[in-house]
Amino acid sequence: MSKTLFLEYKGIIPDKILDDVREAINDKRIDNVKLKQILDDVKNAYERAKISPGEAIGTITAESFGEPGTQMTLDYFHFAGVAEMNVTLGLPRLIELFDARQSPTTPRMEIYIKNKFNKDPKKIRQIAAKIKETKLREISLEFSINLAKISVEIKLDTKKIKDVGTNFDIISKAIMQDFKGVQVLKEADTVVIKPKPTESSLREVFRIKEKVKDTIISGVKGITHVLPIKKENEFIIICAGTNLADVLKIEEVDDTRTVSNDIMEIQKVLGIESGRQAIINESLKVIEGQGLDIDIRHIMLLADVMTATGRIRGVSRGGISGEKESVLARASFETPIKHLINASLVGERDELNSVIENVILNQPVPLGTGLPQLVVKSEKKK
Amino acid sequence: MVDVYLDDVFIGSVEKPREFVKTIREERRLAKLPQHLNIIFDKVFNEVYIEMSKGRARRPLIIVENGIPRLTSEKLMKLNSGEITWKELLDLGIIEYVDAAEEENCMIALYESDLTKEHTHLEVSPITILGICSSLIPYSNFGGSSRLIRGSKIQKQAIGIYSSNYLYRMDTDTSILHYSQVPVVNTFMHNIYNYKSHPAGQNVVIAMISFQGYNMQDAIILNKGSVERGFGRSSYFRPYVSEELRYSGGLTDEIVIPDKEVKGYKSEKDYRLLEQDGIVYTGANVKEDDVVIGKTSPPRFLGELEEFSIAANVRRESSTSIKQGEGGRVDNIIITENEEGNRLVQIRIRDERIPEFGDKFASRHGQKGVIGAIIPEEDVPFTARGVKPDILFSPHSIPGRMTISHLIEILAGKTGSLKGEYIDGTTFDAVPEEELRKELSKLGFRDNGTETMYNAITGEQFEAKIYIGNIYYLKLKHMVANKLHARASGRIQLLTRQPIEGRAKGGGLRIGEMEKDCFVAHGASLLLKERFDSDKTILYVCENCGMFAVHEGFKNRKYCSRCGSSVEIYPIEISYAFKLLLDELKSMLINPKLELQNRY
Repeated sequence: MSKTLFLEYKGIIPDKILDDVREAINDKRIDNVKLKQILDDVKNAYERAKISPGEAIGTITAESFGEPGTQMTLDYFHFAGVAEMNVTLGLPRLIELFDARQSPTTPRMEIYIKNKFNKDPKKIRQIAAKIKETKLREISLEFSINLAKISVEIKLDTKKIKDVGTNFDIISKAIMQDFKGVQVLKEADTVVIKPKPTESSLREVFRIKEKVKDTIISGVKGITHVLPIKKENEFIIICAGTNLADVLKIEEVDDTRTVSNDIMEIQKVLGIESGRQAIINESLKVIEGQGLDIDIRHIMLLADVMTATGRIRGVSRGGISGEKESVLARASFETPIKHLINASLVGERDELNSVIENVILNQPVPLGTGLPQLVVKSEKKK
Repeated sequence: MVDVYLDDVFIGSVEKPREFVKTIREERRLAKLPQHLNIIFDKVFNEVYIEMSKGRARRPLIIVENGIPRLTSEKLMKLNSGEITWKELLDLGIIEYVDAAEEENCMIALYESDLTKEHTHLEVSPITILGICSSLIPYSNFGGSSRLIRGSKIQKQAIGIYSSNYLYRMDTDTSILHYSQVPVVNTFMHNIYNYKSHPAGQNVVIAMISFQGYNMQDAIILNKGSVERGFGRSSYFRPYVSEELRYSGGLTDEIVIPDKEVKGYKSEKDYRLLEQDGIVYTGANVKEDDVVIGKTSPPRFLGELEEFSIAANVRRESSTSIKQGEGGRVDNIIITENEEGNRLVQIRIRDERIPEFGDKFASRHGQKGVIGAIIPEEDVPFTARGVKPDILFSPHSIPGRMTISHLIEILAGKTGSLKGEYIDGTTFDAVPEEELRKELSKLGFRDNGTETMYNAITGEQFEAKIYIGNIYYLKLKHMVANKLHARASGRIQLLTRQPIEGRAKGGGLRIGEMEKDCFVAHGASLLLKERFDSDKTILYVCENCGMFAVHEGFKNRKYCSRCGSSVEIYPIEISYAFKLLLDELKSMLINPKLELQNRY
């Protein structure tokens, strides 16, 4: 009996909401009269939540961001507890997000570890050391040149080697990868690098001595700092610098929860839907951090518009605003001459379908009271 | 070796910089070296700088030796009786002027009791850390620094007597306060500055009370009785100037009552106040657009016009009339010659300004506000003794700003007014609050300054005790009468046909970008169009080529200058600004075409 009632409302209420109602009343004994009442209420609530045609949601969203934006602190840096870990927040961060910059000014990742490992601080520190990008200079005590043997001698710091978890083999492999054709030998604590014996090998030695310092021995490229911290009842690793693709490859990392604050990177690695969610999450973080309250639907609308084409476009000259259909609308926002000339070269038409063009022409804007049009059926001519 | 620089020029080096600096200073104090010399040893850069250049700000300090100031009480007495002068103190090496750089080498004590052996100087008075304006604020050490700054800025805007010869001056935009008073709560600086001769405020009774919401958000409520008795009344002066310019060919302007033949003749009514010489009489009651100086100028382009027409060969009207929204009495007329020998007429208009809604007032503590209401005296709350305050001040203005000095001044003002004496509120050196409280108690008042008050409208007693006292209030030069502006229609710009900008020219109030967004957000599409109708025009468009066509209204003939008159030509209603945009595009070699379509 109740099934038919649900069928009746199909198409009036979205399936998802209908399912929710069905689940909610699942084990309760509700008769049809009451169920009808419930469904009617749901229907009314759903209708109320709908936005009427002609509502200027874009402008309202812009105003909803713009007004609290004036209250935001400019150049706000927040210290996440430990030194060297300050993150851009506030208005600069919001602008950076909406402009869809290629990389954030302070790239940051929160790496979650799989349940098996995330309780032991020792293990976490080990993982952190593994992730951190380590250059040869960081685990060496001294770089010197042996002129007699024409070689570079690097005295290693045995303690640090242990901390990072590498050994001579890894180091020599890394060096050999960076410098083709060199010989790497081990003499006690010292690594000896011998270039190919040619005429210019002496000059080569000097070059190698400087360049070898930046050879990456272990860790993920781009992760410059790591900081294991306790969050609720597990340990996570916060790091400066992002490299989502490589970090997710690490076995111990929980790839379902690990996040980066680089929206472009997320979009590249996980796809556009994740990019959309990342925009929402990151904007929310800023807005909440400032103690402001903007309805999430505004943020969602903005994220939708930014990602609707399948790639992230910023709200700027090069993004959404620069890709508007109307010539006049584009020209009224930054670099008008460029747009006007390009439009004239191809003979573009402006259909005057949007707001700005009509304001320029002093015509009714197709919004709100200006949207409905009168259709008159005239009598057929006999 | 340490390098020595004299006025930033290297002159040599010394072995022992500290001793070198010390000797130089001693010799300056002995008047062997000029007193305007300052010397410092910079430890960081390890260099010695000697400064003798002009334009350094320096201030006097008492020299201290081994914790004992050189200015003894004996010398001080002599100074008081006039036996010795300040200059002698300088020559004797008791006092010296120190610049900002040398101050870095000094250890200066604020009070004599603070002195230790390390100190090199003693402050003449702790008030010297303040400037003139900030030292005029009583009890300012009880307020925040930001409020002190605001208070000093506000004092500069206060109306008072800005100059004692104001009657003979022709300053633009000045005001004189009618019944200015000397503050009951003054500071040491008021005496030095001779504030008595040019006070800029009035002592009023103030009650800290919210009243009917008319003093919310920093507004103040005025007692109408006080206003009628002359509180905050001022005169506003504005001069109008006209000059008889001389042109080539021996022609000149003439200050006369313009003849009716003159080009641009206004109307007889506008010239009614002019006397035989073309100038208004002193004491005339003038209103906006009234001519105060009648003047005619010779015609422009004289030579050319003479050949073709007789009618155009007349003089132009170039009188000076009262600006929009202004008026008053003619206060003074001065007829002189300027430096070029041209006859110059200056007329000063005086306008009595009675406090009205929106006029700005302030206390000396950065507590500024505008009048929110002027209520009849019978409705003003009164105390048990029958005192009715002049100003009702909102208590919400206090906690956020923490202007304790404002509160103490009220207490001090109350005590001083009741006792009939001035209270010294000098920063760091004022009559302490405890003493004021004691005095108030003795006078039979509650020592915290509060009193029982009654609602004059209902007669009920207020539950709370109201803080009431006397304070020095300033009328600031910002008055609504000078700022009020609105227009329905008026002059437009030639180029865009949109209203001109600015109050002085009777311009429009702009619906800006963000205001436009508001209409959009409300979906008030048709209202939006109407608000932007100020420059709407009807233009004719050729349907064939999409360009503007010609419409000869008097012949009712329409034609396109390209396609002729056999094509369809339709009128469209657009903003003139858009027409201008299209024209400008054409000048850029972009050809915009209009395709017409019926939209509705």
